[in-house]
Amino acid sequence: MSVFLLNLLLAVAWAALTGQFTLGGLGIGFVVGFVALWVIQPLFGEPGNYFVRVWRWLKLLVLFHYELVVSSVSVAWDVLTPRHRARPGIICIPLKAKGEAEVLLVTNLISLTPGTLSLDVTEDCNTLVIHAMFADDPEKIAANIENGMERWVREALE
Amino acid sequence: MILELFLSFCVLSGGFFAFIAGLGILRLPDVLIRMHATTKAGTLASGLIMLAVAAGFADAPTVARAIAIVVFLLITAPVGAHMIGRAAFRSGVPLWGPTTVDPDAKAKLGVRDD
Repeated sequence: MSVFLLNLLLAVAWAALTGQFTLGGLGIGFVVGFVALWVIQPLFGEPGNYFVRVWRWLKLLVLFHYELVVSSVSVAWDVLTPRHRARPGIICIPLKAKGEAEVLLVTNLISLTPGTLSLDVTEDCNTLVIHAMFADDPEKIAANIENGMERWVREALE
Repeated sequence: MILELFLSFCVLSGGFFAFIAGLGILRLPDVLIRMHATTKAGTLASGLIMLAVAAGFADAPTVARAIAIVVFLLITAPVGAHMIGRAAFRSGVPLWGPTTVDPDAKAKLGVRDD
C-alpha cells in the first residue's frame, strides 16, 4: 500500500506546486503521479501489484456502470410494455467471497445489475439467496455471477 | 452548447428513469419485482441528475457533494432493497403466480414455515 501513499503524496505535491488546491488539481496530480510511478515501476523491485489493483478497480467501476445502465433499460422496458416478460424465481447460489466487506460489495452489486436482487445471506456467508427476473436456468445465473461480479470484486479487493 | 446538450440529456434521462422507478411500483406484479425497478432505475436516475449537477456547477464544493451523494446512494439503495426483500421473503408475502422458489432456500436460511 506504500505505493498508494506515495501516489497521494505526489498528488498533494502537484497541487501545492501548481497552486491549485482544488479537487481538479488534486485529481490531475494523482493521475500524473500515477503515470510517473508506473514509468519507474522496475525500481520498486517487486512487480507492480498496485498498478494491477488500480486497473482492476477501474475495470470493476466501468463494468458496474455498464451493467447498471443495461439493467435500468431492461427494467424500463418491462415497466413500459403491457406484458410482463419476467419468469421470476428465488434461487440459492454458492458464494465464494470471503469476509464481510467482500460479501457486502458482491450483494450490493448484484442488486444493481441486470435481473438479480439479493434477498438474504446465510449465517456462514456461504450461500446467497437471490430473486432473479429470469430464473429458467438457475445454474447459468449462478455461473454468470461467479464469473462476473464476484470474480471482479475478489480481484479488486484481495 | 455541447455542455448544455449533455446537461439536458442527463437531466431528462434522469427524470425518465425516476419516472420509470415510480411507475414500476404501480405496475409490476409483486414486491420483489418492484424492488428491481426502484433500486436499479432509481439509482441510475439520481446518478444521472447528480452528474448533471456536478458538470453544470463545476466547482469543488458542489462536485464533492455530488460525489458523496452518489457514493452513499450506491451503498444505501441496494441495502434498503435487500432489507425490504428479505423481510418480504422471510415473512412469506405472497409472490406473483409464475414465480418459482428454490425449496431449499428457507431451510438454508434457518427460517421456519409457520
